[in-house]
Amino acid sequence: MNVLMPNTLAEACELCAKQPDLIPLAGATDLLVHWPLRQVEHDKTYLDLSKVGELRKMTWTADTIVLGALTTYWDVLQDLRAKSEFPLLMESARQVGAIQIQSRGTWAGNIANGSPAADGVPVLMAYDASVTLTSKSGSRSVPLHEYYTGYRKSVRRPDELISSISMPLRKYDYSVFHKVGARRAQAITKIGLAITREASAPSGWRIVANSVAATVKRCPAIEQLLQSGLPIRRPEDFSTAIASDVTPIDDIRSTADYRRTVMARLLYHSLRGTAASIS
Amino acid sequence: MPRNGSIAIRFSLNGRDIEISIDPTERLLDTLRYRLNLPGSKEGCGEGECGACTVIVDDLPANSCLVPTFQVRGCKVRTIESIPTSSLQPMLETGATQCGACTPGVVVTANWIKEHSGVLASHTMRALMAGNLCRCTGYDGIIDGLEKWIGTPNGGRP
Amino acid sequence: MQRLEGLSKLSGAERYLDDEPLEGTLKGCLWGMTVRSPISRGKIQRISYGPGFDWSKFVVVEPGDIPGPNETYLIENDQPVLAPGYVRHMHEAVALVAHEDRNLLRRAVASVKVEVDPESPVLDFRVAPRADQIQRGSDNLIKKLQIKKGDVHAAFANAYKIVEGEYETGAQEHVYIENNAMSAWVEDGPNGDVVVVRGSMQCPYYVLNALKHALKRDETRVRVIQAPTGGGFGGKEDYPSTIALHAALLTMKARRPVKIIYDRSEDMAATTKRHPSLVRHKTAVDKNGKLLAQQIEVILDGGAYVTLSPVVLSRGIIHAAGPYTCENVLIEGKAVLTNSVPYGAFRGFGAPQTIFACERHMDRIAHALGLDPIEVRRINLLKDGQTTSTQQTISGGTDRHALLNETLRVSEYDKHKRESEAFNKTHPYLRRGIGIATVLHGAGFTGNGEVYLNSKVDVGGCRDGRIEVLAASTEMGQGTNTVFTKIAADAAGYDTADVIVGVPDTFRVPNSGPTVASRTVMVVGKLVERAIDDLAVQLGQNGKPLRGASLKQAITDWHAKNPGKEIKGRATYTPPPNVKFDDKNYIGDAYATFAWGACVAHVEVDLRTASVRVLDFTAMQDIGKVINPVLAKGQVQGGVVQAIGWALTEEFKFKDGGMLNNTLTNYIIPTSDDVPPIRVVFHENSYPFGGGGAKGVGELPMDGPAPAILNAVAHATGADAKAIPLTPEHLLLLL
Repeated sequence: MNVLMPNTLAEACELCAKQPDLIPLAGATDLLVHWPLRQVEHDKTYLDLSKVGELRKMTWTADTIVLGALTTYWDVLQDLRAKSEFPLLMESARQVGAIQIQSRGTWAGNIANGSPAADGVPVLMAYDASVTLTSKSGSRSVPLHEYYTGYRKSVRRPDELISSISMPLRKYDYSVFHKVGARRAQAITKIGLAITREASAPSGWRIVANSVAATVKRCPAIEQLLQSGLPIRRPEDFSTAIASDVTPIDDIRSTADYRRTVMARLLYHSLRGTAASIS
Repeated sequence: MPRNGSIAIRFSLNGRDIEISIDPTERLLDTLRYRLNLPGSKEGCGEGECGACTVIVDDLPANSCLVPTFQVRGCKVRTIESIPTSSLQPMLETGATQCGACTPGVVVTANWIKEHSGVLASHTMRALMAGNLCRCTGYDGIIDGLEKWIGTPNGGRP
Repeated sequence: MQRLEGLSKLSGAERYLDDEPLEGTLKGCLWGMTVRSPISRGKIQRISYGPGFDWSKFVVVEPGDIPGPNETYLIENDQPVLAPGYVRHMHEAVALVAHEDRNLLRRAVASVKVEVDPESPVLDFRVAPRADQIQRGSDNLIKKLQIKKGDVHAAFANAYKIVEGEYETGAQEHVYIENNAMSAWVEDGPNGDVVVVRGSMQCPYYVLNALKHALKRDETRVRVIQAPTGGGFGGKEDYPSTIALHAALLTMKARRPVKIIYDRSEDMAATTKRHPSLVRHKTAVDKNGKLLAQQIEVILDGGAYVTLSPVVLSRGIIHAAGPYTCENVLIEGKAVLTNSVPYGAFRGFGAPQTIFACERHMDRIAHALGLDPIEVRRINLLKDGQTTSTQQTISGGTDRHALLNETLRVSEYDKHKRESEAFNKTHPYLRRGIGIATVLHGAGFTGNGEVYLNSKVDVGGCRDGRIEVLAASTEMGQGTNTVFTKIAADAAGYDTADVIVGVPDTFRVPNSGPTVASRTVMVVGKLVERAIDDLAVQLGQNGKPLRGASLKQAITDWHAKNPGKEIKGRATYTPPPNVKFDDKNYIGDAYATFAWGACVAHVEVDLRTASVRVLDFTAMQDIGKVINPVLAKGQVQGGVVQAIGWALTEEFKFKDGGMLNNTLTNYIIPTSDDVPPIRVVFHENSYPFGGGGAKGVGELPMDGPAPAILNAVAHATGADAKAIPLTPEHLLLLL
């Protein structure tokens, strides 16, 4: 096993350009699971980003919040301004694992890992996050809802690193986060939802679901349904839109039927009283 | 146990600066238990679920089974061995330990909460302790012990 | 008195097996690992040791290396130590490998291919096996038992109503936080070399017997020592015999110490679990809910080898009719062989399974009659002088009706019931409910089991006058060492600081029986008292026992006069008077006494997700005299939370006979945030034949929570759940 340990982002990009099969490493809370049993993984080369100080910074600009690539869930939980302006970040952060995971796990790592069950990604997506991808040849910004191209596949080139995540400062008049897991902590999501509505913007619904498709996913049909103002009287009235947006499966944690049914019920009960079309 | 290390790292361990050579495949848990003769931190699952391996890294609880040792270079690490036994009486009195396998991890997290009790303004004790699984106590002995240790009730009743 | 080893555990100083430095007896220690079958049934064609490894540098053990019979000594000796050419379950041990480098060993073992010619496995215990699936007798039956009282058929003919139900419970994994761990080495001894095994275990003498049998050695040539044990719950009752044999075989071949430490995934997949059950009730009642006849069928998945199934079945059927009196009872139980990983002991040992069925059924009887479930229990709860299903006359003075009333009072049952019903009328998606269970748990071994065990305890007088308790009972968190110290100190008139409890080491302690069946304080604790008496009388004059300072002085004086010798008191089990059990017909006193309990669960169901949350829980327990309130309360709370997990979240996902979700990520036990504070109330009623007046506390807490929770869910939502775990996926289908 080889480990490369850059001190700056420039160094890291240089290394990635030379060796595109490097595996970038931040909090390591995914990589090290069952590490001794995964001897094959020991024979690879890793790029340890943990000491690249410039990636740690969390910044507020005039119109954005910028999370560094190494910003952890706990970092955000400590930020009072994030609590009031991006409450869903707090909601999801406090339900990731437990404090031992929140202290090490990074938002960027959650994106890069690409799990369909990722808990950080849905709320970032619901806040219209963009991912900055940096390489030796420069940086580019990709909206998070266009980042994934398939199951654990993304637009990130092997020589690129996620260097930051930014979200526009906006007024939201509605936000809710649901994580349905097998227990209240240390749970992998069976079905999750992050929902925001931008104030004074009728087309401002963002409905993001995890664990119900090959990737974390915006739900355009459901957003359309809400925007349309069509009356919704029971959870089942969401079924067609759900079937169009997501493809839940039976797996070790839950069933497709459960996921579909619960998703409809959560949507219905959460949005009652908020969306004028739901009674 | 890995014999010849191939990365030299320096960090602060339980208040002392040390320099050691490690194999890149070592987890902090392995280094503590098999290289540094600090077997207080336990391996219960190897997947970051049970918390029996909990240590403090740069002033925050972490599962040492998920920390590559090379990542603690330049960090401050504190293990169960750094907590004075004399301070543990309140936990003893409430039955916070039975078989003891989860206990070092429990005590490390509980001690951290005690030292950062402001966090209880936004988190319940039960939520903060949820990364430390216990199969013997049913948790009451632990939560009661932490409340007694801190001197504040916050058992996390809904 | 506080837990003796508590500060050692809290400070991280306690040394479990894997914490020991590789010095002394472990110097030069090799790691050992196990090669396992990839499928559930078939004939082993070939074991190929992978290329790329210098196998001459590894120690390899196969069945040919076993000196004695390839059998794991237990009730029957049907379970091999290593699969003898055929396998009967997935993950069955086929070969053993050892090497100094653990990571290299992992890679080497991963390279070993076990080729098995598949045969058709039996994977569903509820379905009769086909001809090509018969592996035992003519029908794969492991054990069949029956309890018969009165005449159920006549009663059915005259019943006001007959209520039927079918109940299922799933397997349960122990999840002791310390995985199975065992070391072995060879020492010199006066009669020849001695194989020493030391590790995590509940029953040193079970391990000793297994080693003697398969290694063909007597007890001077094998030695078993218990190391500090990080949890057991029954999971380290019989399994350690297997891992001890593996470690012993490796050390005998390697001529170096060997240590085997299981990974969590291996431990979960390959070791024993709670027996899954199917229980059918057919009950005749009158219009007031009085039980006229109970016909019960109990079927257990016995797994691939017998292990302890006959005894689990025995306890299961004895508890199947609940803490009630009924004139006509027919209970038929069977344990059937399947090609699942063998099942074994788990806290409660058959009783939680059958009591779950009984207590859920009582509520359903009430529902069928339009009666209050509390009233149906009141009308049937045993009173002293009445008889159980085995026609045991209950005595002992516990007023179970008063216990029930007290439980209702303390849990604020009526208030929660009213408030829940009001709450449910208005909330858009939450539903609250309350449920009860009344339970019993036979203390000690069933029937003549304790007589058969013939347990012994020694107490040694040390040179400095202190007393050492020498018993095979192990400390695994339940407080053995602390309680024995207290019992011995009280009996001797000593300060607790002058009593030590010896490490269970078969070279030093007699066979006090296994640390199981909630018997440690009640049975073995009593022997500790009597052994102290024996020592005190030996050193006294004219049969008058010495106590306190005079006993201490007498011990030191004796040592001064008898240098290099040992003085011990000894006690051997004697059964309480008038306890008679016909274990062929299952008639009579199944247990010397019973512990009694009642519990109330207050739950909230989220109709959006079908998840159940326990808001409040009360456990009322009559365990005789409470010797150590903190330890006893801890046992109850721990047992209740294990039962909550069993009831709601601990589901097994099986594929082809193997556990798919064998990780703590995917096998869900409760965290601190998943359970409420557990309210424990003890109703003390000293049992004269138990150590310190105790009746046994370890398992009773496991019996009530699951049915109480399902009864509460039914109250909250009307959902008629009859199987556990009641995961959200299952509950959703019932709402």
